[in-house]
Amino acid sequence: MSASDSKQNGAPKIGVYVCHCGINIAGKIDVAGAVEFAKTLPNVTVAREYKFICSDPGQELIQQDIRDGKINRVVVASCSPLMHENTFRKATKAGGENPYFFQMANIREHVSWVTTDKAMATIKAKALIAGAVHRVAHHKSLERTRVPVNPDVLVVGGGIAGIHAALTLADSGKKVYLVEREPTIGGHMAQFDKTFPTLDCAACILTPKMSAVRSHPNIILWSYSEVSQVEGYVGNFKVKVRRKPRYVDETLCVGCYECIDKCIFKKPKFSDEFNQGLNLRKPVYIPFPQATPLVALIDPETCAEFRGGKCKKTCAEACERNAIDFNQKEEIKEIEVGAIILATGYKTFDAKRIPRYGYGKYPNVYTAMEMERLVNASGPTGGEVLLRDGKKPKSVAVVHCVGSRDENTNRYCSRVCCMASLKLAHLIHERTEAEVYNFYIDMRAAGKGYEEFYDRLLAEGVHFIRGRVAEISDWATTPEEEGKLIIRAEDTLIGVVRRIPVDMVVLATGLEAQADAEDVRRVFNISCGAEGWFLERHPKLAPVSTFTDGVSLAGACQGPKDIPDTVAQAGAAAAEALALIDKGFVELEPNTAYIQDEFCSGCKTCIGLCPYSAISFVADKNIASVNGALCKGCGTCVAACPSGALQQNLFTDEQIYDEIKGVISYV
Amino acid sequence: MSDKLNTNKPWEPRIIAFFCNWCTYTAADLAGTARMVYAPNARVIRIMCSGRLDPQFILTALREGADGVLIGGCHPGDCHYQEGNYKALRRFTLLKRLLNEMGIEPERVRMEWIAASEGDRVQKVMNEMTEHIRKLGPLHLEPKAAAMAAHGAGAARQGAPV
Repeated sequence: MSASDSKQNGAPKIGVYVCHCGINIAGKIDVAGAVEFAKTLPNVTVAREYKFICSDPGQELIQQDIRDGKINRVVVASCSPLMHENTFRKATKAGGENPYFFQMANIREHVSWVTTDKAMATIKAKALIAGAVHRVAHHKSLERTRVPVNPDVLVVGGGIAGIHAALTLADSGKKVYLVEREPTIGGHMAQFDKTFPTLDCAACILTPKMSAVRSHPNIILWSYSEVSQVEGYVGNFKVKVRRKPRYVDETLCVGCYECIDKCIFKKPKFSDEFNQGLNLRKPVYIPFPQATPLVALIDPETCAEFRGGKCKKTCAEACERNAIDFNQKEEIKEIEVGAIILATGYKTFDAKRIPRYGYGKYPNVYTAMEMERLVNASGPTGGEVLLRDGKKPKSVAVVHCVGSRDENTNRYCSRVCCMASLKLAHLIHERTEAEVYNFYIDMRAAGKGYEEFYDRLLAEGVHFIRGRVAEISDWATTPEEEGKLIIRAEDTLIGVVRRIPVDMVVLATGLEAQADAEDVRRVFNISCGAEGWFLERHPKLAPVSTFTDGVSLAGACQGPKDIPDTVAQAGAAAAEALALIDKGFVELEPNTAYIQDEFCSGCKTCIGLCPYSAISFVADKNIASVNGALCKGCGTCVAACPSGALQQNLFTDEQIYDEIKGVISYV
Repeated sequence: MSDKLNTNKPWEPRIIAFFCNWCTYTAADLAGTARMVYAPNARVIRIMCSGRLDPQFILTALREGADGVLIGGCHPGDCHYQEGNYKALRRFTLLKRLLNEMGIEPERVRMEWIAASEGDRVQKVMNEMTEHIRKLGPLHLEPKAAAMAAHGAGAARQGAPV
């Protein structure tokens, strides 16, 4: 749409509505004074105050003034436009005007909430109101364009969050691409033994969902794959997925283990990632028996053929289906989807970062994740809790808050470790009858059945010592400490420093954002918070959405979460995608650039600046032309146009110049 | 206006801030939600991207009476529109040279990369900027610009003080 054909609605008659927002604004800003000030501004015909303008009666004030012919443009001075711009645009429209004859002055987030001096706050609020009044006089009638939504969805990450979101969407009949970077889906939950507080076997409740993913006709599962590029916008994303070579043909392999048995390495020799390196695997392997897809893969870092090129390839000989393919190459898949759900999960804190806890130095100091594998019946010890020398421990310490609630590592609470520690304490106590000591700062058991589980542990005879552990060492001072790990901690409930010798230590390591969260967020054009977690659109009211429309979050990639919360959020993310798809279209903000042909000199300055190739050159007219469907509305070209021929809807030069004058000329 | 800032009161710096919608404006909202109190001297104008920033906006702001201009955009590599902030940076660098030649302290115009999660950085930059402009004192370009307009463009070409 160009300026010349946009409808005007006559001489501006501006209504200014200043919101009290209870005392949020009125407590800091002289609202009545601001209203009187607004009445003196050019073109203002109505200025009112109201307690909550976003309420129905508040919006009705605006609509009635429009219907009465008193105003044809609206300024609301209240909260951030990121909060309520849409509300008031709708109100303007409901009154009978084009919704774009509206401008908001942010006098809450940018003024009353950040200013202590009332006089200064009022001055700043008046300046912002004047800016908005000046600007809205130049607003034009605009229409949103509708773009159809591709009904397919991309889910990134195949942990419990991604699995649940994918299944929900697929069950509703949507086609889902589930992309997982590891060779199998399942995520961290597949590595857990039991889940708190019900002590459900994690595998028993997870693996049926994993099989459902594998067999679902609407889910395309790409494991061992990563999203490398995302282009487009809500409803119409173009995505490139990099499928890493497994060197085993997924369509032929049936997971029979023959190749693994016949590998030239007779014995497993390499660290088994799934079991936290507590046992060994071969170069050709299946991560765990319920892996989905149940397909072997070859690790080129350890395979003799890849390293030396002189292997007898006994694995390939053993495979009756000729699934092994040493020449397999990386493959790039290009797909188009309407919505994206990120469920990329977390990593556990590296316990080596706290050297005084001795992880990596004392063999019998384990992380909680290692203990999950030790207590697991399909784990490296068949479910027995054993010391490195094969003996059963007689005493075990569980240290809470390792890498959480700590000024030196992460200040936040990882939320799940208290309960996970209680669970491990219970399992260790049950399997070994050892004395188990929990060292905690505060017991955080907020969840359904969580406090009751804590009570149960207290009754089971597990010891609880309230205090952060200062040090774990093997420095014995008495004969009974010889050969033990000595925990030093202040017991803050009795006010003494204690030394407790134990055989084994479990460090309840906290949750951290994935190491490559920064790279991933760039690919999807979203933000990370200060701690590295993906940033939600609003911490209370939009905890699943991001600032990029069409991209939502599920699970621990947004912040530490337990399984029930993760599943709930995954369901919510699926619902967001469904709402978008079932609506069938998206309306694009009409803030696109346009060219006033008569002023364009054909210099082509703008063409190279556009990151979306939305500007082309019309040779026969010697002018540039903007494709409104491709333009995203950044305005970079507009700022560069030497002749002022390029303008941006909602951000025209005259709108911004007059806003500048407005905010500075009066107060 | 009777309540115009700086009449009958000690002088207070007046700053115009241009914040991009996706990073810095959102960060300023976050500072508000978290009630991070900061100097009330900057008035924020929202643009979709710092790339929209025409250097003439800055000159206009100074001419109309602003003592300083703050520009806020996404961190390099984080631009919502891929590279608008780089374009803004290029223009900003050129503009600073021009300001110098015009006899305006270049540090009256400041550019900052502030991500959506960095509410505390908005607070810090707003306070720093206000204190810095306070030290530099008023710009008073408004009457000079008016005088220059009265003399006509010819006077400016002959090197009239601006």
